[in-house]
Amino acid sequence: MFLSKGEKTLNAVNYLFLSLVAFTCIAPVWHVFCASVSNPQLLNANTSIVFWPLGEWTLGGYQQVFSTKYIVRAYANTVVYVTLTTSLAMLLTILGAYGLSCKGLLLRRPLNFFLTFTMLFSGGLIPTYMVVRNLGMLDTIWAIIIPGCVSVYNMMIMRTSFSSIPDSLLEAAEIDGAEHFTLLLKIVIPSSKAVISVIALFYIVQNWNSWFHTAIYVRQRELYPLQLWLRDIVISESTANLELDSGDVNQFNQTRMLIKYCVIVISILPMMAVYPFVQKYFVKGVMIGSIKE
Amino acid sequence: MAQRSIQPLRKRIKRDLRRNWKVYFMLLPVVAYFIIFAYMPMGGILMGFENYRIKLGILKSKWIGFDNFTRFFTSMYFGRLLRNTIVIGLKDILWAFPITILFALMLNQVPYRPFLRTVQTISYLPYFISMVVVCGLVKDFTQAGSAISRFMGLFSGKQESLLTNPTYFQEIFVFSGIWQNLGYGAIVYLAALTAINPELYEAASIDGAHKLRQIWHISLPGILPTIVIMLILRIGSFMNINYQKILLLYSPATYETSDVITSYVYRISLSEGSDFSYGTAIGLFNSLINLLLVVSANQISRRVTETSLW
Repeated sequence: MFLSKGEKTLNAVNYLFLSLVAFTCIAPVWHVFCASVSNPQLLNANTSIVFWPLGEWTLGGYQQVFSTKYIVRAYANTVVYVTLTTSLAMLLTILGAYGLSCKGLLLRRPLNFFLTFTMLFSGGLIPTYMVVRNLGMLDTIWAIIIPGCVSVYNMMIMRTSFSSIPDSLLEAAEIDGAEHFTLLLKIVIPSSKAVISVIALFYIVQNWNSWFHTAIYVRQRELYPLQLWLRDIVISESTANLELDSGDVNQFNQTRMLIKYCVIVISILPMMAVYPFVQKYFVKGVMIGSIKE
Repeated sequence: MAQRSIQPLRKRIKRDLRRNWKVYFMLLPVVAYFIIFAYMPMGGILMGFENYRIKLGILKSKWIGFDNFTRFFTSMYFGRLLRNTIVIGLKDILWAFPITILFALMLNQVPYRPFLRTVQTISYLPYFISMVVVCGLVKDFTQAGSAISRFMGLFSGKQESLLTNPTYFQEIFVFSGIWQNLGYGAIVYLAALTAINPELYEAASIDGAHKLRQIWHISLPGILPTIVIMLILRIGSFMNINYQKILLLYSPATYETSDVITSYVYRISLSEGSDFSYGTAIGLFNSLINLLLVVSANQISRRVTETSLW
């Protein structure tokens, strides 16, 4: 194809700009990885972006992180919370989506409104907090797992997908005497594996990265997920919450920056390792979500 | 007349229950969940009209009507909070929308697939990083001595942590958000762009329209419905500025430009104070404006562009 001079310039500018965007997206993450294996003293004095590990490479930071039992426990907590929250959310999302996709349900429209309305209006932060409080959930694992785990938006995406299953398929099974539970388990779920994994991924990413819930509902440090420790280390830059004895505090202050980057790395590593492989499902999820009925 | 219309309804309900009771049974936990965690808090809004005491509970606390609201509207923070909420929201829309659309348009111009795939994959990366870490990185890159801070120092003559300077807070907030969501946000537009009929471009090309004209006359109109839908959705959360992020980034030094209604509610009710009634009232004010915004945006869009959410 013949390109005019103007179009060639346009192309060049385009490639240049896009490369720049890619660089901007990856540079901060690269900085964190390099910083996490840098020399701690040099790192403490450093204020600019790290493109290559400062001084000699060291895994000392990681050793220290993995011997800090609070961080290890927080990591375990996060894994438990993500598993439980995602399971509960998936259960409710699938049930809701199936119910709303059933044609000929007398209460379908009212139920639809009942759920959609919660996306437009909510009681707000404080009344929700009071409900959780009155249920006696404060400072328990339940406050982390149950409130706010289900997203109506995700439920609607799944409903759209469930509704697109051909009626003939369901009717045939119904004639064979299949009940709703059988339909859901034997036909709807197996034929919607793609959307189900997409929604599960949405929940997993969201829960892995969540911190605010725990910050308001939980004081007990034993229950902290990784993100909350990260907040203390990265944002508040405090050592108070690390429950170290005084010797440790000194040692910690010397390697504070190093530890910070190491914890960031171990917190983002699972997502970084997985996302290039699941991104196409994410794209699919966004697409289903953008289709209006 | 009334008799006749009730009778069939009753029959219909009976038949519906007989045929679908298992579906209702499945929906039961879902409905219960939303009653407890979405509708009960809506009932809790009553707290905003009371002088709520935990000991007395919602039913016995003293009813004070609109006192909390008048207190908020006449408080010295009201103007600042409303201004920051609106300005940050507007800045976010004005920057994030065009930049995301531009990014999608540019990606769409790349004929070389591997390059396109690589850039796209890399651009999703920040989306998977947690808010806490993003804010940590923001702190890192805006601290005194960092490249950005030194660059800004050329103009202000000062070496400072930009995050403690109220002048920069809103821009830092908006642009770190764009950084995190650019790739992910572009997905929808890219999808809409690929759905445009290629013959349109060919015809335009034969007519002598160059690339920029094609983008202006074909690409942009082609994705306009998508842009409108995204805009309505965005307006639907206009007042609920990502306050989790504000809480991570702000400090008393920047309250002047960083404190928004939702972060203020959090502070007075759950962190520095425990004024539940006042917080509930302010929260209600915020939710109502938000509801009003999304309903009007939907209505206007339905009239003007025939695109709407419902």
